[in-house]
Amino acid sequence: MSGHDHDHHHDNDHSELSETQLRVRALETVLTEKGYVDPAALDLLIETYEKKVGPRNGARVVAKAWADPAYRARLFKDASPAIGELGYAGRQGEHIVALENTAKLHNMVVCTLCSCYPWPVLGLPPVWYKSAPYRSRAVADPRGVLSDFGVTLPKDAEIRVWDSTAEIRYLVVPMRPTGTEGWSEEKLAELVTRDSMIGTGLPKRPEDLK
Amino acid sequence: MNGGQDLGGTHGHGPVKSEANEPVFHDEWEKRAFALTLAMGMPGGWNIDMLRYARENRPPGQYLSMSYYQIWFAALEVLLKERGLVADDELEAGHSLRAPKSVKRILSPGDVPQVLYRGGPTERQTSTAAAFKAGDKIRAKNINPPSHTRLPRYVRGHVGTVERVIGCHVFPDSNATAAGENPQWLYTVRFDGRELWGPDGDAAVKVSVDAWEPYLEPA
Repeated sequence: MSGHDHDHHHDNDHSELSETQLRVRALETVLTEKGYVDPAALDLLIETYEKKVGPRNGARVVAKAWADPAYRARLFKDASPAIGELGYAGRQGEHIVALENTAKLHNMVVCTLCSCYPWPVLGLPPVWYKSAPYRSRAVADPRGVLSDFGVTLPKDAEIRVWDSTAEIRYLVVPMRPTGTEGWSEEKLAELVTRDSMIGTGLPKRPEDLK
Repeated sequence: MNGGQDLGGTHGHGPVKSEANEPVFHDEWEKRAFALTLAMGMPGGWNIDMLRYARENRPPGQYLSMSYYQIWFAALEVLLKERGLVADDELEAGHSLRAPKSVKRILSPGDVPQVLYRGGPTERQTSTAAAFKAGDKIRAKNINPPSHTRLPRYVRGHVGTVERVIGCHVFPDSNATAAGENPQWLYTVRFDGRELWGPDGDAAVKVSVDAWEPYLEPA
């Protein structure tokens, strides 16, 4: 699986991309002419995942879990309905499990076989998540992968890798940063990064927001 | 299938490179390929396991040299052609050259929010009891089907522990074929890093997969 930037290493890259672009356009025309697709539905699908569904959704879930102990309990007991309370549900998030990071346990999520990812809370996956370097090494050398992301864990921390081989989707709930006592959920959500909910990153610290 | 998609533990792919402020899509064609794939699920009549098999069922070298949306698009073409919904001459011409086949339903803009919100849950009712319970030692079977499977090579033959009985879910190995959903009990199974990777593994790492009962045997 080549990453996106790999596409730009070839001299003939431009014509390759144009060829794909033309082929996709041709298929859309054929399918539209046959009445199999409505282009307005395509536009709406794209708009949904470009503008509405993304990691800000997951950040709200995590921030609420940090701030509201009753919600946190519901989230770890059965995540899909708890996430549904905030209005997030559906495709590629039908069966979500929330994973709790602690000082002794760091969770990390991968799909070695394709690109399974919890869309309703994180949106569509970034290129690196779908690429061979991540999918090959996350299960064999997660500490090495974390170091690619600039993350070093304490030596005694256990790493737990979740390979999403079925239709269960995993959301990592990182540890709440210190120095955030009394913060609103809205402000806490600003600390929650996409990568911290995959397990390849840590949340921002209060000083990072300044 | 033991194809290019089964990447866990393979070497030589280099470091993970994250792109700062990555856009959701990198090119206009990616948007259209993505949306066409989602929209054609309804009239095309295939399921997610057929879709995954169409993506992975290609020479590993080809799989590894394509970008992810190129793979999505190639699989969409395969499924459409298999069902006679489009033909090569139409793709060449860039226009429909014959009357459409009748399809069940197409995705209208008004359907989009509800279809996405509903998703496609895979849990099913069953009257059979689960063969394993949390804490049981199991071995992932050494199976090598040439067709679609979701048991990655890196766990096959290894001993793990059932961590959770998830429920009864659609079985991809059947669902990718005409055999249908054939729901089976699904488990989260945890393996020690050293069990999977030997002395090259990290003793402080545990890896889990979600595995259907037909993939497992008592250890």
